[in-house]
Amino acid sequence: MTPDFLAGEWLDIGWVDEIPLRGSRTVQVEGGDDIAVFRTGEDKVFALLDRCPHKHGRLSQGIVHGGAVACPLHNWRISLSTGEALGEDRGCTPTVPVRISGGRVLLCRAGTLKAAA
Amino acid sequence: MKHDPIQLPEGDAREHLVVIGNGMAGCRAVEELLARDPARYRITIVGAEPLVNYNRIMLSPVLAGEKTFDDIVINGTGWYADNAITLMSGDPVVAIDRAAHTVTSRSGRTLAYDRLLIATGSDPFIIPVPGKDLPGVISFRDMNDVETMLAAAGRGGSAVVIGGGLLGLEAAHGLSLRGMKVTVLHIMPTLMERQLDEAAGWLLKTALEARGQTILTGADTAAIVGDGKVEAVHLKDGTVIPADLVVMAVGIRPSVALARAAGIDVGRGIRVDDHMVTSDPAILAVGECVEHDGQVYGLVAPLWDMCRSLADALVGAPSGYKPSATSTKLKVAGLDVFSAGDFSGGDGAEDIVLRDASRGIYKRVVVKGDRIVGAVLYGDTADGNWYFDLLKKGTDVADIRDALIFGQAFASGGGQADPKAAVAALSDDAEICGCNGVTKGKVLACIDGGAGSLDAVRAGCKASASCGSCTGIVESLLALRLGDAVEAGPKTMCKCTSFGHDDVRREIVAQDMRSIPEVMQKLHWSTPDGCSSCRPALNYYLLCALPGVYKDDQQSRFVNERMHANIQKDGTYSVVPRMWGGLTNPRELRAIADVVEKFDAPMVKVTGGQRLDIFGIKKEDLPAVWADLNAAGMVSGHAYGKSLRTVKTCVGSEWCRFGTQDSTGLGVKIERATWGSWMPHKFKIAVSGCPRNCAEATIKDFGIVCVDSGYELHVGGNGGIKVRATDLLCKVATEEEAMDMCAAFIQLYREEARYLERTAPWIERVGLAHIQSRLLPDAGVRAEYARRFRFSQQFMQDDPWAARVAGADREQHAPMARFQPAGAMA
Ligand code: SRM
Ligand SMILES: Cc1cc2nc3c(=O)[nH]c(=O)nc-3n(C[C@H](O)[C@H](O)[C@H](O)COP(=O)(O)OP(=O)(O)OC[C@H]3O[C@@H](n4cnc5c(N)ncnc54)[C@H](O)[C@@H]3O)c2cc1C
Ligand code: SF4
Ligand code: FES
Repeated sequence: MTPDFLAGEWLDIGWVDEIPLRGSRTVQVEGGDDIAVFRTGEDKVFALLDRCPHKHGRLSQGIVHGGAVACPLHNWRISLSTGEALGEDRGCTPTVPVRISGGRVLLCRAGTLKAAA
Repeated sequence: MKHDPIQLPEGDAREHLVVIGNGMAGCRAVEELLARDPARYRITIVGAEPLVNYNRIMLSPVLAGEKTFDDIVINGTGWYADNAITLMSGDPVVAIDRAAHTVTSRSGRTLAYDRLLIATGSDPFIIPVPGKDLPGVISFRDMNDVETMLAAAGRGGSAVVIGGGLLGLEAAHGLSLRGMKVTVLHIMPTLMERQLDEAAGWLLKTALEARGQTILTGADTAAIVGDGKVEAVHLKDGTVIPADLVVMAVGIRPSVALARAAGIDVGRGIRVDDHMVTSDPAILAVGECVEHDGQVYGLVAPLWDMCRSLADALVGAPSGYKPSATSTKLKVAGLDVFSAGDFSGGDGAEDIVLRDASRGIYKRVVVKGDRIVGAVLYGDTADGNWYFDLLKKGTDVADIRDALIFGQAFASGGGQADPKAAVAALSDDAEICGCNGVTKGKVLACIDGGAGSLDAVRAGCKASASCGSCTGIVESLLALRLGDAVEAGPKTMCKCTSFGHDDVRREIVAQDMRSIPEVMQKLHWSTPDGCSSCRPALNYYLLCALPGVYKDDQQSRFVNERMHANIQKDGTYSVVPRMWGGLTNPRELRAIADVVEKFDAPMVKVTGGQRLDIFGIKKEDLPAVWADLNAAGMVSGHAYGKSLRTVKTCVGSEWCRFGTQDSTGLGVKIERATWGSWMPHKFKIAVSGCPRNCAEATIKDFGIVCVDSGYELHVGGNGGIKVRATDLLCKVATEEEAMDMCAAFIQLYREEARYLERTAPWIERVGLAHIQSRLLPDAGVRAEYARRFRFSQQFMQDDPWAARVAGADREQHAPMARFQPAGAMA
């Protein structure tokens, strides 16, 4: 199969099922920060820079609930769709557009580069 | 059925449209075309199946015995004849020659086309396990499969269905109705996870089990075995399930081989534009075989839209296909399941959840910016289409929002109803609490009798004490009667529930609940999957209530417990191997030194807990580090867990001139007996050899101070921000009694303390006298606590590190992909 990522815009990173439900995996970007890819209880996939806006906690290691992730370091809740801190906290982490195609997770190449830079 | 199609009527100058695929989309496209312009094209349909056009969706009712094949025919032979369509059935197309504008069938017939429509549908995905080709292993896609299943069911025996999605469950249902013993294997933790959220998936599983099916979730197939025909399925965890028939229903893949061989642009499906035209302008494609805008489809609704756009384009009035939301229903009699749209929360999305535990109903509507974006209904799907309609039209639901979840009748009828007024209007004998049969009159009498809070009402008359679904009404009654004088009750577990920790624990045991979704359903959680406070607590309560039975939910654990190491501020981890009672030896020290060098650990330090902590280990390196430590005989120190941490000891009678007993030896024995246990909070033990107390036993959760005449047992101490010295629980004469009391105390703490409550605050809350009354007067009761602790330890004392080294949860330590911006991905 011609992988979508060679076509340019989208990076094919694997099957949706490789991310645990209510869990997360990372994508390493050479020379940049990791991208955290999340799968919610409702089977939606989101990607954020793996860096909490507070003190750079690895969001990929947090607890995913509803449409948010709780940062493992100081429990800020970060929206998976906008990267914004929820509740009283203020801050935002870059998001990376994701697409699902036939069970494959595709990350936006430009977004990935921008976020990880 | 006609079979001699190539004779063209002389002089028929119309363009020849050849359709490959006599299935649902291909024939529907032709219907749409005929409705627009019946005479425009000369039409030939070539189909692989030896049948007329039938409704594939209805194969499930045919299998279940609710319908016959004749009932599900969409277009019989008459339709082909009436519309002068030539049908070549039972003869698949094997090649397309785009240059010559011809197709060739398996029997060797060649047809010339002006326009070609590919509608080849999907191929069932066959998981590549050994034994997949054995006779008796089939998929569920066409009438032929159904006939195979019916024949197998006629012989009786056992069937294994691999795949707990829509298709698999419908197959399982049919086979079970036909008298087979059915086991469904689903690799994910919840059934139909693509369509249903966890709560609805759990309800479905429970209902299917009640009907006699065996449902194994998290079941990973290793092999299908048999001598000449299928005999059993082996799972990766070693389970063996006998099977006379195996149905694989794990998914479908667009059928694209033909198109790809012809050089047409293919991604996951045959790529088409908004008018269903492929990369070759003379060739169209429609149905499950296509990929449109990166999407492929597996339900008919979007295919019907595609057929309309295709027909519009074919008659020169292009309209363009626009994908829209889809909805799903499970076709299993008596089980009502519906889902539509996007039910993932996300930003600005709010969930409206209604759970009625006694009637087995779960409804969830997701609203974003005053518009419905998704819905999941279980048990009562009557309003599914109404929600779906509001969703597709993007109707503003701000006005009916409060009543939305009660359905169309309620919301559009008394839409402006004020809940308080509605409660006030109820008669005194109206039943408020269905679980405990409490009427409004009784609730009011209870309030008038002095119950001033929700909790007092629950204690007084039981209303809202079981499932909590009437909590809102009880609160309205309190407000009605007492106005502002309503007292706030004790704290609820978190904002997801109206129950406190103790209520939840009590109900888990009383109602024999077995999973997190079950608790959330039965106790009316107001969020679909809880939050980072309640999930870990529920996971612990279930683990404690069901030793050996409950399967730990990794996603409900805080990172340290999930990774079995302590996360550091830079995202690396620290690793602390267990050193029993603070003792070590050259072999362990050497292994630690080697790990420090091999993995370039920036620091290694003696902890306050009498062992060594290796810092700065990368997530990816953890399994390798553990493997090396395991090899030297060391196991996880659980320095990260709400669990037993360390047992500190002092030198004791063996060496120390003041020592009265063998404190070191006793510490080691106690640590061997208690390690691995999960607790409400961390738990530390120490054994000092004399009252000088060098092991600081009197600021530990359980501390032993040895004296000449025996052992003083202390409980409820900790260091930390608020230092608390222990209380003396009792004094015993022998090591054995000390060990028994320790086990009993830990179990009492495990069963009664709230999650994240350490022994010190727990004892301050319940009082030392309470603990003593449980553990001291009755040796039988004490022994029972100790027995329960030791029973649960059977399942807890396997080293989590060893399991990871052996490959468990491998994905937690490896990135999903690596990306090198300069070139392609590794
Ligand atoms: C490593 C260690 C410090 C050291 O280098 O000596 C340590 C390190 C941490 N302690 Fe501790 N404590 C360590 C011994 C202690 C001790 C001494 C002892 O156990 O005798 C105490 C006082 C005794 C006690 O627990 O009552 C101690 C009282 C705490 C507390 C306060 C507990 C309390 O109930 O008030 C916390 C905070 C908490 O758990 O919420 C804490 C939390 C922490 C955490 C887990 C903070 C965190 O959440 O990240 C630190 C983890 C660092 C890491 O990644 O390894 N640590 N901590 C010690 C590990 C012992 C071991 O071998 O497992
Ligand atoms: C048991 C079952 C239950 C389902 N339930 C539902 C449901 O409840 N709701 C829902 O929306 N959808 C349901 N579906 C899915 C639905 O049936 C499909 O989405 C739909 O049939 C797809 O239509 P299609 O024309 O693309 O493919 P098909 O209907 O599969 O038609 C493709 C046809 O092309 C033929 N073909 C393939 N290759 C060739 C070739 N080389 N030459 C000639 N012919 C060829 C095939 O034999 C087949 O007859 C169900 C499917 C199954 C199997
Ligand atoms: S005392 Fe504070 S800084 Fe030191 S290890 Fe414990 S928690 Fe961390
Ligand atoms: S770094 Fe994420 S909450 Fe502090």
